[in-house]
Amino acid sequence: MTDIPATAAAGRASRAGGTDMAGLRRLVSYAVLIGYLLFLLVPIYWLVNMSFKGNLEILNTMTLLPADPTLANYARILGDPTWYMGYVNSLIYVVMNTVISVTVALPAAYAFSRYSFIGDKHLFFWLLTNRMAPPAVFALPFFQLYSSIGLFDTHIAVALAHCLFNVPLAVWILEGFMRGVPKEIDETAYIDGYSWGRFFVRIFMPLISSGIGVAAFFCFMFSWVDLLLSRTLTSVEVKTIGVAMTRTSSATGLDYGTLAAAGVLTIVPGALVIWFVRNYIAKGFALGRV
Amino acid sequence: MEKTQNNRAWFMVLPVLVLVAFSAIIPLMTVVNYAFNDTFGNNVFFWVGLEWFEEMLGSDRMWEALMRQLIFSAAILAIEVPLGIAVALSMPKKGLWASICLVLLALPLLIPWNVVGTIWQVFARVDIGLLGNTLAEFGIDFNLGQNAGAAWATVILMDVWHWTSLVVLLAYAGLQSIPEAYYQAARIDQASRWAVFRHVELPKLKGVLLIAVLLRFMDSFMIYTEPFVVTGGGPGSATTFLSIDLVKMALGQFDLGPAAAFSIMYFLVILLVSWAFYTIMVNLDREERTE
Repeated sequence: MTDIPATAAAGRASRAGGTDMAGLRRLVSYAVLIGYLLFLLVPIYWLVNMSFKGNLEILNTMTLLPADPTLANYARILGDPTWYMGYVNSLIYVVMNTVISVTVALPAAYAFSRYSFIGDKHLFFWLLTNRMAPPAVFALPFFQLYSSIGLFDTHIAVALAHCLFNVPLAVWILEGFMRGVPKEIDETAYIDGYSWGRFFVRIFMPLISSGIGVAAFFCFMFSWVDLLLSRTLTSVEVKTIGVAMTRTSSATGLDYGTLAAAGVLTIVPGALVIWFVRNYIAKGFALGRV
Repeated sequence: MEKTQNNRAWFMVLPVLVLVAFSAIIPLMTVVNYAFNDTFGNNVFFWVGLEWFEEMLGSDRMWEALMRQLIFSAAILAIEVPLGIAVALSMPKKGLWASICLVLLALPLLIPWNVVGTIWQVFARVDIGLLGNTLAEFGIDFNLGQNAGAAWATVILMDVWHWTSLVVLLAYAGLQSIPEAYYQAARIDQASRWAVFRHVELPKLKGVLLIAVLLRFMDSFMIYTEPFVVTGGGPGSATTFLSIDLVKMALGQFDLGPAAAFSIMYFLVILLVSWAFYTIMVNLDREERTE
């Protein structure tokens, strides 16, 4: 692992003339990067460490590694439907939200990238303001709205509520990618006799597939990390992981081991998703649209 | 790209319009309704006009929460933006090592916010947390529940931990888009490292940094879950930011009228700032295209 940065650094040093200053600069740069990565990882390490300990050990001793490693905390979560269904329920509404957001955003982003129409700029800004809406402002009205139409405590209610900030985001990201596709492609397809729908699905969508991936990633991310709205909109049928986690503090004192294990398990889906899109993340950000 | 004038494009944006309007306008109308009315229950409302707004503007509580909010947002921006640029500059440009860095950096962004709160709550505690315990070993009084300074330090450190990566990723993406030829030109001119940063990298980062500042300002201005889990807004009301105060008022005390008036003013402030940023961004975009 160490020789990769070393060669990269050697390349950089030779470019800079290989002076002492360049060496010092390289050293500072590694110190910054490694220091920052350590800062990111230490709190996560502590959570993982706790999740393999019993409550007795957590409360009584400070140990950097579990003295008596146990999987009991994980077994408790994976063996109890009220626990693991929390993850399943969260994944269901996150996937629903991602599909809905990207599907409706695709034609809209196309319209914004290709046509000018009455009120387009105002509409675009209005959409963006919803990305800025504080969820705390919307929690109570959402609760009343979804209760009154009988959707309270369903997956679709949470999926629709998250559309408030994910649809504008998806439109914004996709519009950026679509703008990069030359208009001549559209025109050639129409001349070749493609209808708009067939052109869009067969030719255009494959061209912006990385953009669709990036948009889906961010929809997944923002839907997964929000637990304020999902907790407000669900109760018995659809228990989310957030509700399950608050339960650890009420039953028998605070069950830190289980809480830590539950926390670790919420990190796993995100980590998997990042690994798959790692090469696109930078590209998505490159458009400056998040 | 020259755009075609076509009003039928409205049909393409219609699904988005309907969906977002459903989730945005109806709830917003509910809030507006509460803001101008009072109720004794049973859905009987009577008009009170601007009374709630006057009450909120006259209350110290809201101004104090706003002050805390502004200090918090300013503090995290002052730390996260320079730190994010520094880390982005020190990242390898490509290869396996760059991928590993990207994945590690993105990790905090994908942790549910209440879990972020839990991680830091546990991490900072004196009895069971590594940070709190280590500080206590050095004789520093670090008690989240009683010491306002400790609570603030934890909340700020947590936000830096959680969100600096976003600034890093944005700045990194911006750096990636600088053509190698620019650096070659700078080398021929024997430009110093600082000159390269000041005259080559920084101008190219202007756009993404503006977005980074906008996003961090907005999101820190609406922060709720993480500080709520860590400190519950305490000790006392030392870390009660705007959203926490709002939820306390609306769901805790059920003062719906004042809470709704508060919501509307809160939202207007955010709208105003977003509009200013959006205008600057659009202008920058136009400049770049005419260059």
